[in-house]
Amino acid sequence: MSEYIIKNGHVFDPVQGIKGDKADVAVKDGKIVDNVGSGAKVIDAKGKTVMAGALEVHAHVAGPKVNAGRWYRPEDKHFDSHKTAGITRIEGGKSIPTVFKTGYEYARMGFTFAMEAAMPPLYARHVHEEIHDTPIIDEAALPVFGNNWFILEYLKNHEVENTAAYIAWILRQTKGYGVKIVNPGGTEAWAWGLNCLSIHDKVPYFDITPAEIIKGTIEANEYLGLPHSMHLHQNNLGNPGNYTTTIDSLKLAEGIKTKNNFGREQVLHSTHIQFHSYKGTNWGDFESGAKEVMDYVNRQKNLTIDTGNVTLDETTTMTADGPFEHHLQSLNHLKWFNVDVELETAAGVVPFIYDPNNAVFASQWAVGLEIALYAKDPMRCFITTDHPNAGPFTRYPRVYSWLMSKKVRDERLNSFKKADKVISATTLANIDREITLYELAAMTRAGPAKCLGLSKDYGGLKPGMTADIAIYNINPDKFPSSGPEIEKAFAQVAYLFKNGKICVEDGKVIDMGHKETFWVDVKVPENKQVMHDIKEKFLRYYSLNEKNYPVPESYAPHQHILSVDATQA
Amino acid sequence: MHRTSISSPWMRPRREVKRMNTVTLTIKTQPELYLELEKVNPDTFAGKKADEIANLPVFQGKEILTLGDFFTVTGEAGATAADTKIVINGDCTKMKYIGAKMTAGEVVVNSACDMYTGSWMKGGKLTVNGDVHSFCGLAMAGGEFTINGNAGNYLGAAYRGDWRGMSGGVLRVKGNAGSDVATFMTGGTLIVEGDVDIHLGTHMEGGTIILKGNANRRVGGQMVKGEIYVYGTINVMMPGYKPVGDVELDVDGTKSKFVDYIGDLGERHPKRKGETVYGHLYMKK
Repeated sequence: MSEYIIKNGHVFDPVQGIKGDKADVAVKDGKIVDNVGSGAKVIDAKGKTVMAGALEVHAHVAGPKVNAGRWYRPEDKHFDSHKTAGITRIEGGKSIPTVFKTGYEYARMGFTFAMEAAMPPLYARHVHEEIHDTPIIDEAALPVFGNNWFILEYLKNHEVENTAAYIAWILRQTKGYGVKIVNPGGTEAWAWGLNCLSIHDKVPYFDITPAEIIKGTIEANEYLGLPHSMHLHQNNLGNPGNYTTTIDSLKLAEGIKTKNNFGREQVLHSTHIQFHSYKGTNWGDFESGAKEVMDYVNRQKNLTIDTGNVTLDETTTMTADGPFEHHLQSLNHLKWFNVDVELETAAGVVPFIYDPNNAVFASQWAVGLEIALYAKDPMRCFITTDHPNAGPFTRYPRVYSWLMSKKVRDERLNSFKKADKVISATTLANIDREITLYELAAMTRAGPAKCLGLSKDYGGLKPGMTADIAIYNINPDKFPSSGPEIEKAFAQVAYLFKNGKICVEDGKVIDMGHKETFWVDVKVPENKQVMHDIKEKFLRYYSLNEKNYPVPESYAPHQHILSVDATQA
Repeated sequence: MHRTSISSPWMRPRREVKRMNTVTLTIKTQPELYLELEKVNPDTFAGKKADEIANLPVFQGKEILTLGDFFTVTGEAGATAADTKIVINGDCTKMKYIGAKMTAGEVVVNSACDMYTGSWMKGGKLTVNGDVHSFCGLAMAGGEFTINGNAGNYLGAAYRGDWRGMSGGVLRVKGNAGSDVATFMTGGTLIVEGDVDIHLGTHMEGGTIILKGNANRRVGGQMVKGEIYVYGTINVMMPGYKPVGDVELDVDGTKSKFVDYIGDLGERHPKRKGETVYGHLYMKK
């Protein structure tokens, strides 16, 4: 394999504490090394910014609900149907791009990993087929557990060991990465036409509360010692006044200690927290609750969050939070896709337009930025758009421009049609903080890698780590001052190295790389009870045979398995 | 509630037409597949000479070719779209997107055309002296589009999957149109002088449809608001329509008596000043 030396770039690496100093980065055989021979190819990074490849911690980029969005929204890609010159294929879709465009666009922005945030176990094959077809970037997927009948039944009696054994079984069957919980109990309650809007609302029939599900899955996750923590989409999403539910849920993690061999420090990751940080009683007296939520998050060291920044675009919302999608459709009267996934989960899809002229959407935009700007520890707060729910991931460069420049942010804020209302309902106008390149590297590289249990090999530029490197046309001494300039710099890397190979040069994809599918294989003690329950549920309820359930190896031919031994737990 | 006349944009006195530069495209080679002529509109041609126009890209499948590969180009465009006229001669039945997205100027096609003709049109004047295929005049927002022949399905409708249909302008078909005409219409005027097939004005939420001939079934299904005038018959009426009285109206330049139906009663309806707003289906007596 080739050797490279990236010379004279301004390096930003929280893993080694390098804050923009000029340094050389050497690459050999797909790894970052101390030095290379004189024959190494020289990449001149003078006046450029060098960071590790970015990691996406939460996005909906592969699987049945993403594809439902694609097929029921032909209008999303109608004008992008032409092939352009080069090795890339046709790149269709804005909010729900094709798998090809997904891979190219992440790579062009300097990303090397993306986590598919919600995999219905029953349709895991579809998720893996799409992951396999997404070029360049590594990916993994989190199976959803929060409304799964097994979990509801085990946790009702607080059977953490059985819950853990079942989770381990599912991860192996679905080639899943960790534990995702979406609107715990609420999606199942919706099968009765109900929802769980607080963590103490009982799930009908199962007689369990969201609080019990959240706490129980955190405990099971730590019992197994998985690389990632429990990953939570909270109850009561998107409703004014929900910040109390949010803090109540976060409090459930108090006192729980992490136990893992992957360098992870949090026990709970609370996702797209922007949607969960609202005060007020309705959209008329709505106010931002970002300060309250972030004050709590800043104090609790065993939590991580991601933002869920609204980008003010036309997009496609999609979530396993079935009742919420029904609620959205009743607001905007656009088309609604809905599906129930047998014993496991559900999903809904509704197109959505975050119109900047609307005070509510403009305020949501402000809340998302407040979350990131109030975060004291950038290693615990990651930037997402909950793609495509709050906006397409391709808008990250624009989100960065709002976070890194008060001028750009204030220009947007003051030009809203209802600027006065947004300014009085939020605190954004009073925040002077500008995220630095070093903080950005923590929020998009080192932080997510640590949160996902991948910090040994990813998220930094330390010798020995995987050579996933992004080089941007940004001179930190002359940081661009206009929004479009910042956007362009982050949208098109000068170079992207994936596993030591240049895949993007000058914003142009030149190599498809060798993407890998990450999944977690956990060894657990034999559990006769759980194996018996699985057999019985498949016989009684599932529409398919247990033997047809697992994802065969051919669906993930380039797998990267993280092994965990929980037999001594 | 009942108005005695509706606004008639087609009755307005025509403004003095200023001299336009004319570009003439004449077909020399028929494409093997279909051609996507997204660049054939006054907006793209404006300010260009014949050779520059001949160099504009056209798509045939995944191949990128030039306009000059298929057409002889003569004349030159005006400085702006507004003073550019395009005349196309020869068989265009395999040409898509003619006049699509145009905002000003004039296009005359002396042939039948394929899909997307005049779609997303915002202004100017487009005349097709022949038939058009399906999906023409999609989401039209302004201007005048006249088809001196028949139209296919989805005339003046929303693009597949989209909920934003025709919102402005005047679209007139001298002959018949197919099914799903004016789906999701929100504004503008669409006139069919012949007959239409099923699904006229489905999901309509504004605008005016004037049908001089007959309709098959399902006229105004899930209509929220807007007006549909039918001079002929409807094969099978939707059950969600209720007659509320007779009215005399001046439509497209002539006065006639209609029965006023409101609907679709199975659909949500907004309220304005405390009164529920319905779609109106006027059947000529």
